[in-house]
Amino acid sequence: MSEPILEMRNVEKRFGGVRAIDNFSLKVEPGAIYGLIGPNGAGKTTIFNTITGIYQADAGQILFEGRDITKIKPHEAAEAGIARTFQNIRLFGNLTVQMNVVIACNMHSSYHLGDALFRTPKYRRVTEETGERAMEFLKAVGLEDKAQERASSLPYGHQRKLEIARAMATEPRLLLLDEPAAGMNADESLELVEFIRELKEKFPITILMIEHHMDVVTNLCDACTVLNFGKTLASGTMKEIKENPEVVEAYLGGDE
Amino acid sequence: MLNSFQEGVLIICCVNVIAVLGMSVLTGFTRLFSFGNAGFMSIGAYAAAIASVQFHLPFPLAVLLGAVAAGVIAYILGSLTIRLRGDYFLISCLGFGECVRVLFNYTRDLTGGANGYSGIPYRTTGIVALGCAIVAFVVAWNFIHSRYGQALSAIRENEVAAATNGINVVRYKKMSFVFSAVYAGWAGALYAHYLQFITPSLFNLGKSSELVITTVLGGLGSLTGSVMGTIIVQILPEIFRSMSEYRMLFYGIAVVLVILVRPNGLYGYREFSLKRCVRSIKNIGRTKRGKESES
Repeated sequence: MSEPILEMRNVEKRFGGVRAIDNFSLKVEPGAIYGLIGPNGAGKTTIFNTITGIYQADAGQILFEGRDITKIKPHEAAEAGIARTFQNIRLFGNLTVQMNVVIACNMHSSYHLGDALFRTPKYRRVTEETGERAMEFLKAVGLEDKAQERASSLPYGHQRKLEIARAMATEPRLLLLDEPAAGMNADESLELVEFIRELKEKFPITILMIEHHMDVVTNLCDACTVLNFGKTLASGTMKEIKENPEVVEAYLGGDE
Repeated sequence: MLNSFQEGVLIICCVNVIAVLGMSVLTGFTRLFSFGNAGFMSIGAYAAAIASVQFHLPFPLAVLLGAVAAGVIAYILGSLTIRLRGDYFLISCLGFGECVRVLFNYTRDLTGGANGYSGIPYRTTGIVALGCAIVAFVVAWNFIHSRYGQALSAIRENEVAAATNGINVVRYKKMSFVFSAVYAGWAGALYAHYLQFITPSLFNLGKSSELVITTVLGGLGSLTGSVMGTIIVQILPEIFRSMSEYRMLFYGIAVVLVILVRPNGLYGYREFSLKRCVRSIKNIGRTKRGKESES
């Protein structure tokens, strides 16, 4: 077994007296698509927030590529190579579609304040390159013809794709998707499955995703963890999970 | 070319354009409201005035010193307060502005206290003021369209998303705060060298709110809007000067009307573009011609 790209060891996060996540451990292999499932309020998004530094874990340890990132800040997580999307889409609504991606690309821009104020040749070159790179990411998600539209004017499905394009533009090695199929019908979620597969082929990334749609999870994920009330109910490959009687009872329902 | 009254209006306009451009970067692009920028203006004004009068520094150096002094104070204040959420940050700035005003009232030996500080040489001519305003606009324009300004817009639009996309929110907010303070200090230094006599009450809460109102009126997220807003806010009272007491009434009505009719301000989230203007004028001509040929 290779070294996991992301490892969480006995992580705990409390809000007042409530343990949103309790003694949670997780290992994600590089190159995998890993699912995180569980009912509402099980602590899935809290886990994402502790990984990306929006929350600080109260106990335990989080390792990314062997490096301790428990106390990391959100922008440092991005620099380390972790990108994410949000359950309730968070775009830069008043800015253009292209600008949304350009801002993420800027993380790798190399010019300084002086270059910017005096518009040096370096500034011009880097700005042009950044614009082109942003267009490439938009092409990868099929939004290149919408580049100059306002992000908030896009239809819902395109906003999801734009958010993924923006996340990819920081050139991450680990991508966290928070309910990418939320609010989609069966056909749309099927299209999303294809989209994520293509994304995985185009870019060398590992994906950790929260998802409620079981068809999406079973179609995409290599392995998954089932959460309930902040605790791990079960984890393993999709086949193991489906045969786990506890999971079937608590989450999947007896009818399957 | 201009009589002294017109030159005076031009200078006041240009000085305010500089202060409002700073405000625009802070409020319009970063969505941080500060009711303390008159405090930075007074720091710039007094620092430059003292440098000119007491230390006989040449005018450009004195102005630079005023701007830098305001920037340094903003950096220190920002390090303490920038993590505060919206309203709390606003109140802390308001408190700071008032503190500065009261402090300059008390330091009688250094600033002349409430009696004011006089004997400042007249250096801010119309040409100087206009030149400074143009340079200020170009620098602010370049700043806003670089990755720094883009990061500020991202923070305005969604702070959490900005942070997860690699933007150090605290650092950029502080940068925006210092930028606005440097501009305020710059404006204050020019103002002092125009009036030749300054008192702390010139830079009271009313001045701070005027800067914020101008920015909102001109349009959040637009530098050209800010310039237009300043020109309107500064020239309207001059036009209505004959009605002396009623002019503040008209001013208030104008503000309310703009907010009602154009909630985003005159040029919210767009920049004035000559190209677009020319195109729309051409289009008017074309549709007219089109209609004529149809009939």
